[in-house]
Amino acid sequence: MEAMTAPSTEHILAIEDAAATSRIPIWKRLLKDPQAVVTAGILVIIFLLGILTPFLTQHGPNDADLSMVNAPVGTPGYLLGADETGRDIWTRLLHSINTAAISAIIGAGVALVVGVIAGLIGGYFGAVTRASTEWIFNLVMTFPGILLLIILMPVTGGDYRFTMLIFGVLLSPGIYRIVRNLVVGVKNELFVDAARVSGLGNLRILRRHVLFVVRGPIIIAAAFMAGSAIAVQSGLAFLGVGSLEIPSFGAMIASGFRNLYIAPTQFLWPSLLLGVITASLVLLGNALRDTLEGSKPTPVKVGIGQKVAPGNDVKARDASALLEVTDLGIAYRGPSGQPREVVRGVSLSVARGEVVGVVGESGSGKTQTAFATLGVLPAEAIITRGSILFDGKELVGLTDARMRPLRGKEIAYIPQEPMSNLDPSYRVGSQLVEGVRSALGVSKKEAKERVLALLERCGINDPHRTFDSYPHQISGGMAQRVLIAGAVASRPRLLIADEPTTALDVTVQAEILDLLRDLQSELDMAMLLVTHNFGVVADICDRIVVMQNGAVVEEGPAIEIFQNPQDEYTRMLLGAILDESAVRADPPAAALAEGVLQ
Amino acid sequence: MSLLEVADLRVSFPGRGWRAKRVEVLHGVSLDVSHGETLGLVGESGSGKTTIGRAVLGLVKPSGGEITFGGETITHLSARDRRRLAKDIQVVFQDPYTSLNPSLTVGDILAEPLVVQGATAKDARARVRTLLDQVGLPADAAERLPREFSGGQRQRVAIARALAPEPKLIVCDEPVSALDLSTQERVLDLFIDIQRSTGVAYLFVSHDLSVVRHISHRVAVLYRGDLVETGQAAQVTSAPEHSYSQRLLLAAPVADPILQRERREERRRLAAA
Repeated sequence: MEAMTAPSTEHILAIEDAAATSRIPIWKRLLKDPQAVVTAGILVIIFLLGILTPFLTQHGPNDADLSMVNAPVGTPGYLLGADETGRDIWTRLLHSINTAAISAIIGAGVALVVGVIAGLIGGYFGAVTRASTEWIFNLVMTFPGILLLIILMPVTGGDYRFTMLIFGVLLSPGIYRIVRNLVVGVKNELFVDAARVSGLGNLRILRRHVLFVVRGPIIIAAAFMAGSAIAVQSGLAFLGVGSLEIPSFGAMIASGFRNLYIAPTQFLWPSLLLGVITASLVLLGNALRDTLEGSKPTPVKVGIGQKVAPGNDVKARDASALLEVTDLGIAYRGPSGQPREVVRGVSLSVARGEVVGVVGESGSGKTQTAFATLGVLPAEAIITRGSILFDGKELVGLTDARMRPLRGKEIAYIPQEPMSNLDPSYRVGSQLVEGVRSALGVSKKEAKERVLALLERCGINDPHRTFDSYPHQISGGMAQRVLIAGAVASRPRLLIADEPTTALDVTVQAEILDLLRDLQSELDMAMLLVTHNFGVVADICDRIVVMQNGAVVEEGPAIEIFQNPQDEYTRMLLGAILDESAVRADPPAAALAEGVLQ
Repeated sequence: MSLLEVADLRVSFPGRGWRAKRVEVLHGVSLDVSHGETLGLVGESGSGKTTIGRAVLGLVKPSGGEITFGGETITHLSARDRRRLAKDIQVVFQDPYTSLNPSLTVGDILAEPLVVQGATAKDARARVRTLLDQVGLPADAAERLPREFSGGQRQRVAIARALAPEPKLIVCDEPVSALDLSTQERVLDLFIDIQRSTGVAYLFVSHDLSVVRHISHRVAVLYRGDLVETGQAAQVTSAPEHSYSQRLLLAAPVADPILQRERREERRRLAAA
């Protein structure tokens, strides 16, 4: 399945939205997020206080004054009071901020440097390199972190900076895994191949093309790791592990804890500040993720069916046709929240037993029209106006519960990519049996017999084997035959086929079209065929509807449109077809040069 | 003498699972491309047509055979020699949505191969302007990101990137199959115009016979890793001799209901025979 599938309208809209937001730099988008602004603001103020410590304090962090033991809040020179040995709490708090900042920088920094470098190497280079980095980091992950830090105390000499260095190494597998996974995904992208063909060295490719793309998740992870480094440093200090000289939140909380009944506020200040710092880091990380990785998808309400704009009272043109679409409009919300119409007043009809082709280029709205008829528009879409009558019954505004008896039974569907419409973890047969049973309500045994007969009818030579295969064991053409068998099982009156042969090879395409034509006349079923390929239309359609930018520009019997197109756009499309007369006539440039020389 | 010669090329990939046998996807393919010529390589999925292109580009390692470019054997080049060759052999990939780095501006994408080859930043900028003009994009395109362009425009950027070092050969891997009909024709015409003005040769890989017919001087038909037919474009794409090429031709539907009905019947006769 090398043939490309044309981008859908949704895809194009997503790209346009991304383009609209991409022109705004990341920091400007962050400034619009109140969560990011508030948390970053708090962190900046706190760490600024830490930096300005010498100007804000009169005492040293370990200056003990026995006359001030457990001095209350508000004592002159001791703003927040003093602790059990008469040390100024305000001073110690500011020094603790610096300890926390240094812990975060060392812990997160080491984890980043080790994890990112190893992740780039492990993800980009061959299997042997990856196996060895993988092994090393798996080993690191098995170390019991806190315990190891305590055991190594004699080696680090109680210096929290050494401890944080080791903790950074212990944190690095998390970063390594993120980076390695991202790099494995990115390195097979065509733009990395293109960079290689352009003659770029591996180092430059890693720096410019790989690291740049994976930077978002790394920044997010760094925010979380900074928080966890501060928490671990405080935890160790609280346990009394490490030097007692270093002022830190953990040591202060431990001291306050001992005096909880004498001076409860001693416990309050460091806990409060530590809590605010770690909470801000986590919330900032979340805000960064929302900005760098795109916002959350719109929540879906189950069961209400497709959204319909209020005040829609379009009357159908004519109720005699099997499918009658009148003045249909479909809109999507853009980044500004303003709905944009992608289908603008489309009217078309399909008579019983008739094959109608809807042709257009990408973005013409042809697939959206088909999806609306099936009742499967995405949650972001709104039907702004119009009516869809199927056999005299209005489909616009139906709930899922009332749409379900029609869909799959009366109206069947064949998708563009057969493989993505089969569940890879179930056998082909059981998926078909499930569909047949829910549509027809027959027993399991009878459903299986029907499915086997249908598979054979759809040109599958060994139906039993295909019935017992998993989707990955069959070819793309075979998968499309399977889906056609499933679609026609309930003898639908309307079959909607969305580019049913676009992903297939031409020889397979010809066979699938033959099959569709035979089934159509056998079952006297109407077909709505969405395609960009005029050859396919010429092969199978009775009537054609040509669409451009969400509107119908021309419709009529197939022969008339091909022989005498009225609309400018239709003529342009037909003119763009490379037919058999378009053979290249000019000789190669080199032959030309030789001819001149002779 | 031909610019590119591929002789008895074999490529195999590791099989799935532990100690599985390697799967050979090309069973000894020989072809050649002359200066300024387009060789169309047509076949269905799994025929190995893309693999031939990737072997020429050095992106897959052949398991047998020889590839010669301008008289020099390039089958197993070192990374350094391969980088030197980047000046002469370039590529345009199928998918314009993933072949451009989403986080670099078009100007940076085009300038990068030039800077790597030793151009100064100023020269590179001037060359980028010429290239954008050559592929019909506005000059301000250099400051914009790929996602701001349509599929056809992105493919023009990819073509400009391939043209940047003034190569002798461009491997085109299904460069128009992701594009809309009207865009497809314009991009093909751009390929032809560029070939006429620069004398670059194309190894043009496609599954679509009509696209190959439009751009190729000669056409080679590939079927399951073997070359079944090679010849002049008009002959191979309109009156093929090999039965597979005939099947391929008759399977492609023509955009005319009456002609298509005749073709369908002819195809059924051939299938029944």
